[in-house]
Amino acid sequence: MVKKAEVINLNFSYTDKKVLNSVSLPIYENRITALIGPSGCGKTTLLRCFNRMHDLYGSVKYDGQINLFPDQLNILSKEIDPIEVRMKIGMVFQKPNPFPKSIYENIAYGLRVRGVKKKSFIDEKIEDSLKKAGLWKEVEDRLHTSATALSGGQQQRLCIARALATEPDILLLDEPTSALDPISTAHIEELVTELKNAVTIVMVTHNLHQAARTADFTSFMYLGKMIEFGESSQIFTNPKEQKTENYITGRFG
Amino acid sequence: MSTEPIRHRNFKAQAERLKRQDAFFWFIGLLTLGFALITLLSLIVDMAMTGWPRITQTFFLSFPSRLPERAGIFSAWVGSLCVVLVTSLVAIPLGIASGIYLEEYAKKNIWTKVIELNILNLAGIPSITYGLMALGFFVYKMHLGQSILTAGMTLGLLVLPIIIVTTREAIRTIPSHIREASYSLGATKWQTIRNHILPYSSGGIMTGVVIALSRAIGETAPLITVGALTFIAFLPSSVMDPYTVLPIQMFNWVSRPQEEFHVNAAAAGLVLLTMTLFLNGTAIYIRYLFRKKYKW
Repeated sequence: MVKKAEVINLNFSYTDKKVLNSVSLPIYENRITALIGPSGCGKTTLLRCFNRMHDLYGSVKYDGQINLFPDQLNILSKEIDPIEVRMKIGMVFQKPNPFPKSIYENIAYGLRVRGVKKKSFIDEKIEDSLKKAGLWKEVEDRLHTSATALSGGQQQRLCIARALATEPDILLLDEPTSALDPISTAHIEELVTELKNAVTIVMVTHNLHQAARTADFTSFMYLGKMIEFGESSQIFTNPKEQKTENYITGRFG
Repeated sequence: MSTEPIRHRNFKAQAERLKRQDAFFWFIGLLTLGFALITLLSLIVDMAMTGWPRITQTFFLSFPSRLPERAGIFSAWVGSLCVVLVTSLVAIPLGIASGIYLEEYAKKNIWTKVIELNILNLAGIPSITYGLMALGFFVYKMHLGQSILTAGMTLGLLVLPIIIVTTREAIRTIPSHIREASYSLGATKWQTIRNHILPYSSGGIMTGVVIALSRAIGETAPLITVGALTFIAFLPSSVMDPYTVLPIQMFNWVSRPQEEFHVNAAAAGLVLLTMTLFLNGTAIYIRYLFRKKYKW
């Protein structure tokens, strides 16, 4: 297994409040890594470090590294522009957030931001990423209608397609199914499992079954610390730490 | 204190009592609304009845005159339009840019707080203050004279806070997850503003702009201090020319002793009122269009 990224001793504070405490974990290429833990444990904060989303809100301090392989690029380094990082690392959010524009424009946006102008290339990329996101059949004849008219599950798959169109190195998923019904959730889970052949995925989830079903690796976080990292099969059947066991058996959290 | 369980209470009687309270407040609300509407309506109707006979083509195309039946509002409405045009050129770009800056670029610290508070205060200070400031600055310091340019810039400053505040409010209604979606795709701040923030808030911004301009059209006091004339028998040929505007013309006619001039004033008032009502109606329509267009 090849490492796609590695978090090393990451401390993160937000207006002088320490949220992440010396977190380290590897992210393996073409695998799904799930971050689990009770609310407020810092898993979403960790995820948003990967694309420097926190930089939008000022008064934040990163200390430590997230190295991106193969070129060992520390994406938390001050010399690196967050925009450059976000060009490499895509994100899908908790609540589907398509732009109030057409389906076509939603996906084209990431390409336009990167300076792509050629229409034939954009058209091709849109079809390709919608197919990857399993949405092409449903929307191929209405690409120019509003994206907000789609159902919640379709919107979320559109957001996945939008992220995929920019060919990210890593795709971040922040509780991607928490706002969806069970059928749409199953759809997305199936899709995420297929997608790992194309992209490395880091996913935050509250749903332990989802982590167990889809993720190759799982890391359990608690109070800003990484308690345990391992293959999902091991974490969910034979956790080494007492805290992990308590959490996955529902004794707290 | 009663120890009686809550479920033993007489809910029916309680509901009746609450409904009576409801009805009472409904009645009070209706009464105050009715009072305001009737007052406004009677003023408008009175003005319309007095002024309507004077609303003819010649009234619009005649210059002021010492003979009331030959006097018209040609120079006044042309002056109003020119002044508002200058106001738009000054206030719209400045106001929108300031709003965007404060909302998207400025660091949230004590200085931005102070600036924000001051802008809110500026929106509330009496308009004559702007007039005096403009007299000191535009007329005496910058030697712009009693011109359309001075008037337009004065009104521009007056309505600037309205545009800034509505721009900021319009931007703030865009949910942060839309912004984050754009940034997460690698967009820069300007790309995000240009492609998302501005288009999605343009309905709110345009509403604010139209309301600001309609306020500028009706404003009189600051223009008196910067020297709007009351008797202009020619059309301006440049922004440095003297001018008059509708409310000033109206003010002048009202202060004349002859009854016939009062009729002219009512007619001019009717024109002014129609213009502002039309602008406000446009603002409401724009808001309606954009509400339908952007949903999240």
